[in-house]
Amino acid sequence: MMTTLKLVHLVLAFVAAPLLLGIINRTKALFAGRRGQPLLQAYYDIWKLLRKGAVYSRSTSWLFAAGPWIGFAAVVAAATLVPFGGARAPIAFPGDFLVLIYLLGLSRFLLVLSALDTGSSFEGMGASREVTFSALSEPALLIALAAVAKYTGCMSLSDMVVATVPHLWLCAGPIVVLVGLALLIVFLSENCRIPVDDPNTHLELTMIHEVMVLDHSGPDFGIILYSAALKMWLLGQVLVGLVVPAHTGVLWVDTLAVLLSMALLAVLVGIIESSMARVRLLHVPQLLVGATTLSILAVVLVLR
Amino acid sequence: MNNAADIVLVFLVLTNLMLLGLSRLGACIRTVALQGIALGLLPLLTKGGHMELHGTAFAIAIILLKGGVFPWMLMRTLREVNAQREIEPFIGYGKSLAVGTLILVVCIWLGSRLPLPEPVMSSLIVPVAFFTIMSGLFLIVSRRKALTQVLGYLVLENGIYAFGVALVDKQPLLVELGILLDIFVAIFVMGIAIFHINREFDHIDTDKLSGLRS
Repeated sequence: MMTTLKLVHLVLAFVAAPLLLGIINRTKALFAGRRGQPLLQAYYDIWKLLRKGAVYSRSTSWLFAAGPWIGFAAVVAAATLVPFGGARAPIAFPGDFLVLIYLLGLSRFLLVLSALDTGSSFEGMGASREVTFSALSEPALLIALAAVAKYTGCMSLSDMVVATVPHLWLCAGPIVVLVGLALLIVFLSENCRIPVDDPNTHLELTMIHEVMVLDHSGPDFGIILYSAALKMWLLGQVLVGLVVPAHTGVLWVDTLAVLLSMALLAVLVGIIESSMARVRLLHVPQLLVGATTLSILAVVLVLR
Repeated sequence: MNNAADIVLVFLVLTNLMLLGLSRLGACIRTVALQGIALGLLPLLTKGGHMELHGTAFAIAIILLKGGVFPWMLMRTLREVNAQREIEPFIGYGKSLAVGTLILVVCIWLGSRLPLPEPVMSSLIVPVAFFTIMSGLFLIVSRRKALTQVLGYLVLENGIYAFGVALVDKQPLLVELGILLDIFVAIFVMGIAIFHINREFDHIDTDKLSGLRS
């Protein structure tokens, strides 16, 4: 029973991940007074790309073709470590949050390698930015999770989320708020959303993620889009799991609460993107240092 | 753990850190206003609801002054002097944030070494008060514009007030009112002074004022 439940949660994550993009885009459209693309547009895009053929430049090696798929495999492996709301993840062991962070890092590393493999200076620039900013957002994520681990005394992400029962809000409200804010900034930065990167630009010198994948086409690009959506879902689930304590014990209520809070998170991202401008490239490190400061503050409060 | 008071105290820490990282003067003034409002709420939360009349009236006066009147006066000065942002502080914003975190850790250590004679509402209040005082001082020494230095002075005073809240039963109301009147006059005078500095020299960069005699 428990195994099937975990598998259902996993499948739900795989199926629902691109929907987040749809919700974000619809929210932005609503703010801009447009009708917006269909909610399922991301699915259509990925499906269309997967059926196409890929074009490979003569200057690329096998790494260019392998990068997106190994990166996808890393994100899928990471998905098995992330708990779904109050339910435990399919695989949980002490220290699994470190593995989660490094699996996501591995997927980014392969994307960066395949970007550098094209030899295009434009892609090299994007790759350099991507690793710079991720190097700054990783400590924020790590320290925030360390604060929760120290407070709950659990070393596994699943245990941490299970321990985030409603009373954590009552007896450690400040810590939850700080960790939630730090994770939100990391969520926006890791998924290349607006205060850090604008996902809509394709021909600007300031873009980060989109510039790395310019030379990928067909199924390779489709799987990159899908991996990015899945990664967004996973980080969102970590955030929601720690901040929204949905543990009623009734199965369908918990599941529904998680799905609803994920949708709300997507709406929140849409609101942030509509109401804020992208931060200047030079100021992004400052934002990420701010997130790290919030995490350190949470740790200090826990250790006090 | 007094949760509501703790949240307000953590909010104070966050506003301090924000002030260290912000460059727009208008945003800085708004942050100080928010800090003043949070500070006014603090004594109300300590008592847990049952509060005498003069205490409540005093808290309301604090909120009105620090959250309304001071920011309004500073905003007016800002409009008059036509300086929108701190251009080049002596210590950059990223570094200021890092220094702020360091100060915070030192203050928490300091707070653990200085126990108050009797239990206070929250063990956080002493470190947070220290941190607010320190970041106010840091703002004064690390920024160029006279307006930011006035804000640093206000933050410094907020820290002293937060320290006073910890001993709210011991401190006579008259002393508090006296301090409040003092800073009211100080902000008033500083606003006028900044205006005159600007009219005389076309800027409010204090480090250039050392060359007045030449």
